[in-house]
Amino acid sequence: MNAPLDSGMNMGSQPITAPQSADCKTSTPVIQREEGQRDVFCGLTSIVWLHRKIPDAFFLVIGSRTCAHLLQSAAGVMIFAEPRFATAILGERDLAGMADAHEEIDRVVAELVNRRPDIKMLFLVGSCPSEVIKLDLDNAADRLNRSHENVRVLSFSGSGIETTFTEGEDACLKTLVEACPEADANAEPNLLIVGCLADIIEDQMRRTFHACGVKRLDFLPSKSTSELPAIGPNTRILLAQPYLGETLTALNVRGAQHFPALFPMGAEGTRAWFAAGLAAMDQQDQIDHPMLKAAYDRARYSLEKARQELDGKSIFFFPDSQLEIPLARFLSQELGMTLKEVSSPYIHQQIMQSELQLLPSDVELREGQDLEAQSDRCVASSPDITVCGLGLANPLEARGLTTKWSIELVFTPIQGFEQACDLANLFVRPLDRRTRLAV
Amino acid sequence: MELTLWTYEGPSHVGAMRIAASMRDVHLVLHAPQGDAYANLLFTMIQRDKQRPPVTFTTFQAKHLGGDTAELFQSRVKKAADLHSPSLLLVGASCTAELLQDDTAGFGKRLDIGMPLIPLDLPAYSKRENWAAGETFYQIVRHLAPRTKPDQPEQGKKTGTRPTCNILGPTSLGFRNRDDLQEILRLLESIGVDVNVVAPLSASPSDIARLGDADCNVVLYPEVALPAARLLERNLGQPYTKTVPLGVGATIDFVKELCGLLGIEARIDQMIESRLPWYSRSVDSGYLTGKRVFIFADAMHALAAARIAKEEMGYDVVGLGTYERGFAKAVRAKAAELGIEALITDQYLDVEAAISESAPDLILGTQMERHVGKRLGIGCAVISAPVHVQDFPARYSPHMGIEGANVLFDTLVHPLMMGLEEHLLGMFREDFEFQDVPSHLGHQPATGTHAPEAVMENNPEIHASVPDASPDVTADDLSWADDAKAELSRIPFFVRGKARKNTEKYAVERGVALVTLDVLYDAKAHYGRH
Repeated sequence: MNAPLDSGMNMGSQPITAPQSADCKTSTPVIQREEGQRDVFCGLTSIVWLHRKIPDAFFLVIGSRTCAHLLQSAAGVMIFAEPRFATAILGERDLAGMADAHEEIDRVVAELVNRRPDIKMLFLVGSCPSEVIKLDLDNAADRLNRSHENVRVLSFSGSGIETTFTEGEDACLKTLVEACPEADANAEPNLLIVGCLADIIEDQMRRTFHACGVKRLDFLPSKSTSELPAIGPNTRILLAQPYLGETLTALNVRGAQHFPALFPMGAEGTRAWFAAGLAAMDQQDQIDHPMLKAAYDRARYSLEKARQELDGKSIFFFPDSQLEIPLARFLSQELGMTLKEVSSPYIHQQIMQSELQLLPSDVELREGQDLEAQSDRCVASSPDITVCGLGLANPLEARGLTTKWSIELVFTPIQGFEQACDLANLFVRPLDRRTRLAV
Repeated sequence: MELTLWTYEGPSHVGAMRIAASMRDVHLVLHAPQGDAYANLLFTMIQRDKQRPPVTFTTFQAKHLGGDTAELFQSRVKKAADLHSPSLLLVGASCTAELLQDDTAGFGKRLDIGMPLIPLDLPAYSKRENWAAGETFYQIVRHLAPRTKPDQPEQGKKTGTRPTCNILGPTSLGFRNRDDLQEILRLLESIGVDVNVVAPLSASPSDIARLGDADCNVVLYPEVALPAARLLERNLGQPYTKTVPLGVGATIDFVKELCGLLGIEARIDQMIESRLPWYSRSVDSGYLTGKRVFIFADAMHALAAARIAKEEMGYDVVGLGTYERGFAKAVRAKAAELGIEALITDQYLDVEAAISESAPDLILGTQMERHVGKRLGIGCAVISAPVHVQDFPARYSPHMGIEGANVLFDTLVHPLMMGLEEHLLGMFREDFEFQDVPSHLGHQPATGTHAPEAVMENNPEIHASVPDASPDVTADDLSWADDAKAELSRIPFFVRGKARKNTEKYAVERGVALVTLDVLYDAKAHYGRH
């Protein structure tokens, strides 16, 4: 589970949190907690984008047929000749103790490594069943590292009893942090951008930071598992995704300093995010660099049309990806949308601090879920757009609501200046479709 | 432990969900961790259901494990009963909850919720989706259908009325079940048989209680209906049909069998109006003769497809297999009859290897075999679950009964090269333009057009094969002389695009800017040698 940040750390530098144009408020909205039936994916779903982001890694879930079925239902597995993720399905023999689970893992991994010599890193991924029977995958990973020279074996849990959806990435990156080499205490400061981003966005960010004088820049996850960034006290962290609480804790343990910021969604969010990264690397003056300014102006300009479409429209967020709060901030602040309800499976208050300050103080903000009650609230509030999971979208459409699948917001490149308009259009399109159809 | 990249069947609890979602006025409470609710999207996205399936997940988390997950389960059951007030409540556990040993069945039985409650045992580590669908339906029938024959004399009940049957097996998320059912209802109407109850699809618990009123049962989908049908035969003496009406021959056999069970005359001639027999005998279909087909599907569709392929299409069945181990015996017997060995596996890589090895002209398979076929350049018709959004077409498209046979004829021919096209290709086989790849395989454009020329125009491989322009002439510089253009237009349409591309490639490679008749035939000679 997400643990709270150690707030005693990394207070050395002055973080820049909010865009200069926004009014800084001192009151943050009240978070209401809700308990009940949830409709969320488990953390295993993260494998769908993690395996694409780390192309020399294989993800082996130790789980049940349900895990395999979830993965193939969430990812178009059939298009692969052979996917880079699989499930070792526990059978009755494993559970009855007739087979030694660790021997079975060794056998399956040997089979896999033999079959896929291209794999450089293997993640053993824990699931609900493996957690409940207390199968120690850390131990298994250590053992396998000794017997397989050419493959680095790591483990993390994507189980539904511990993680929801994007928290699987958090668990994976936390493990990766532990595998990163130690940076020397006297090493030159480096900026570490943490969280999966589309390659095109990573390149844009790298170009911009380079132009602004930030040369020592790393990404986690890195494109190749053989190039893991070194981490130490002079590592300065900028989170690119909001759901990385555990990863952040692991980075703090290594002495790295976090520079809290808005998340890079929309023109303002991206500008604030760059400002924090520049400040972290003592380049705060570069926020007025022509390249950055031009990109910011372009993003603002690109949002004009979407703003006309979305201004005054209302939106309701079901809890799903933990992107809900930054998205709500962008949609309300930059596009003029009103927020009917913003729910998130988990709200990491420190990571979200600057985001929360920019939400209207009276927003209905919820952590957790009680599905039936929430569905009733949603229909009763008749929002113009509802952001929800795949299982809920069509039933809500059938009740006359316009929906946006939250999973698309995770799979589509939405961060950064150049994608601000794409992000806005993800919300414009469902409304546009509804006005076009005359059947 | 079994290494699985992809699975043909879902887990057991999805089978139970399918039964609950098929019926009216039934609710299922599944003891399951958060995350298992992903299964809702199978119904709302693949089948485009307008409601979430009637399933409550307890969605326990780590924080509940230390405490009392059993208590959570009980409170969710009570809440679901209050909120949905169904006529029947089912309770079960998914794979993780099974490990907690919360005794959902025991708690379920003791809960006083003022409505019938059936606890389900869904062994997640030894059983799968189809078995669990059959088991869930069996339990519902066992609990709700009468256990003994009605007292009234059977003959008296029948006098002056049409005979009746129940239709057992259609489910939510079943492959073509929606349209198969409509087609079979039409067929039964035409032969004078009334339908008492259809179950589980669209049945309410009170309908299950009326099952005993029918004279016999029609088992449309044995994997779901067989356990219940056997129970009804045992308790009520209701016989059931063993023939599945897939294909013309099987549909006739089905009608004969059903009429035999009901003691009425089977009027086959009147009833059979399928186009399949004539289409198959039409000379255009000659090219289908001896086409080698590889069949891999659920057991019922695999068995039916083997018969249709052999007897009704004139194909050679070179491979036959299923992922349903429970029906392996029947599939092995059918394979032996065809002189081949059955493939019983749930590993798609094994299926892919077997297909690759036997190099068939056509695959009849599942959506996975369709993708395997794409990779191997072999056409595939999808004849079986696991279901995909494509298996719920907007149009009426049954596989069973008379119209089903028509649909199957088209389905089993479509992936092959069109007959006319193949005759022409035979005539032009010696020509340089000939490319021995069916035009609509591999790089079919997204628009789905079947005009061969358009396909070739859109074929990225062909575009990619044109090398970079030589220093002086690029593809853009090329022009065609009138005589060459006229000659090109005489080349059959389905190879014209290829001929043009080859000629232009030849010209560009040699730095020729004007394609003349000579260039055209030089190119022909050049490629003809290779």
